[in-house]
Amino acid sequence: MAVIAEPVAAEIKRSSLWSRAFESRNFLGAMFMVPAIAILILFLAYPLLLGLWLGMTDTKIGGVGRYIGFANFVSLAKDSVFWLSVFNTIFYTVAASVVKFAIGLYLALLLNERLPFKSMIRAIVLLPFVVPTVLSAIAFWWIYDSQFSIISWVLIKAGLITRYIDFLGDPWNARWSVVVANIWRGVPFVAITLLAGLQTISPSLYEAANLDGATNLQRFRHITLPMLSPIIAVVMTFSVLMTFTDFQLIYTITRGGPINATHLMATLSFQRAITGGNLGEGAAISNAMIPFLVAAILLSFFGLQRSRWQQGGRD
Amino acid sequence: MSTADDQTVGMDYLESFPRKFLRVYLPLGLIMVFLLFPFYWMTVATFKPDAEMYDYEKYNPFWIVHPTFEHITKLFFETDYPLWMWNTVIVSVSSTFISLFASVCAAYAIERLRYKGSRYVGLAIFLGYLVPPSILFIPLAAIVFQLGLFDGNLALILTYPTFLIPFCTWLLMGYFRTIPYELEECALIDGATRLQILTKITLPLSLPGVISAGIFAFTLSWNEFIYALTFISSSENKTIPVGAITELVNGDVYHWGALMAAALTGSVPVVILYSFFVEYYVSAMTGAVKE
Repeated sequence: MAVIAEPVAAEIKRSSLWSRAFESRNFLGAMFMVPAIAILILFLAYPLLLGLWLGMTDTKIGGVGRYIGFANFVSLAKDSVFWLSVFNTIFYTVAASVVKFAIGLYLALLLNERLPFKSMIRAIVLLPFVVPTVLSAIAFWWIYDSQFSIISWVLIKAGLITRYIDFLGDPWNARWSVVVANIWRGVPFVAITLLAGLQTISPSLYEAANLDGATNLQRFRHITLPMLSPIIAVVMTFSVLMTFTDFQLIYTITRGGPINATHLMATLSFQRAITGGNLGEGAAISNAMIPFLVAAILLSFFGLQRSRWQQGGRD
Repeated sequence: MSTADDQTVGMDYLESFPRKFLRVYLPLGLIMVFLLFPFYWMTVATFKPDAEMYDYEKYNPFWIVHPTFEHITKLFFETDYPLWMWNTVIVSVSSTFISLFASVCAAYAIERLRYKGSRYVGLAIFLGYLVPPSILFIPLAAIVFQLGLFDGNLALILTYPTFLIPFCTWLLMGYFRTIPYELEECALIDGATRLQILTKITLPLSLPGVISAGIFAFTLSWNEFIYALTFISSSENKTIPVGAITELVNGDVYHWGALMAAALTGSVPVVILYSFFVEYYVSAMTGAVKE
């Protein structure tokens, strides 16, 4: 009997070790995480670090770079095109975000009214965000064409101007043109997410305010805004992040022109790194964007903290 | 949603129509015109013959006098457009499925297995969501080149999950959180393995979340531009956005008709998909922000 029992006992021990591993949450958890973590480490975390390293080398496409410390940043600091792109990026982000927020909040309030065909209107409003940005940017490119712009044609017919507007040939015209295209694309996102926030505000608050004789403006100022502020913080952080790192609209409509007047840091880094072949310099320009992004992420983090506190959750 | 609206505007009947028209319908209409005009303009240009397109004196630019399929046939039969469309479909579908698989596993592990340190991993994945492609494409180009993936669909299929997985995982974590623990405990007592619980209980119950994540991920990868522009060089491997902007412009000669046809036909598949799953799409978009 003892002769038979021994291998059986060993069998049990081995299988129990294996099955115990599969019952351990830590081991199972690690197994479940493998696909996601493998992709994210290889194609997200590693490139992030590699980018930081590349920014400190003189790597060219197809060549091996060597470490040159902060030389890329020193030469960028003397590069007027780089500083122009920094200015453009900040201008583009601030101008577009402010208008996107204003129109987006207004549109969200309008959509929160009682409307016929409400869900259909909401679906249509979101279209600019759904359609591939590059493809809608091509439409804007045609709208801004110097000879066949429909805007110029309408204004001339209306007798407001006499000559076709050179939308993309003049630096400031070009800057405002791309800002408008960005606003067009970003408003739906802001409006629909803020609308989702508006719908979570309890109607009883408005009823109480009505009974106390609050005006429309007072209800907006003292109920809507404070209740909406956490989601506004998050939405605007996302919006600022997307606008600051925008690439597609500029690349399609102006390619950074005229004379670098609309180059953003992202398009400039593409031009230097991929078109020009200086991977190191392009990476340095990308890295210069990181401090701004960290600031935006911190803002988002504190926005989230505040929202939990306001909704009565733990801090 | 609709019940809440009925309560918020309880005194709506006091407002006269002209007043409501000025306060709500008119501004709403103006904003809608602004948002929809580029699509109208794209459609008009697609079906307009060249003679009308470049002659605003003889023809009113807002209408089409003689609609034509000339631009669309040119696009489909004289350029690589069908190949771009095929590549876009392959890349979007594969990267969406890879991301969904990885995200379902990861979200389940973080939310339900709650292994040691899962909170921090969840936070790290959220931070990954905030890393924009514009700062990753240069080092990624170097990696893609080293791995020998340059100029092939696989380069895009493997890199798109970097922005899809963080988003999908974050969204699915929210959905998994809403499923009662008791259901899983019952299954555990009945002897189900974790994998069985995931496939037979958690996944069916969070199907709306999986669909939302899938739809949103699909449109994101359909729209992706900067990676496709950087990692792909030959025309037959391009995706629609990249092909349209790089191949349909010969020096200073812009084929506006073909460009507009590409813009329109490249947008239509996403819009059709979106129109079937609007609610899922919206819940994905707002869910990621609200969490």
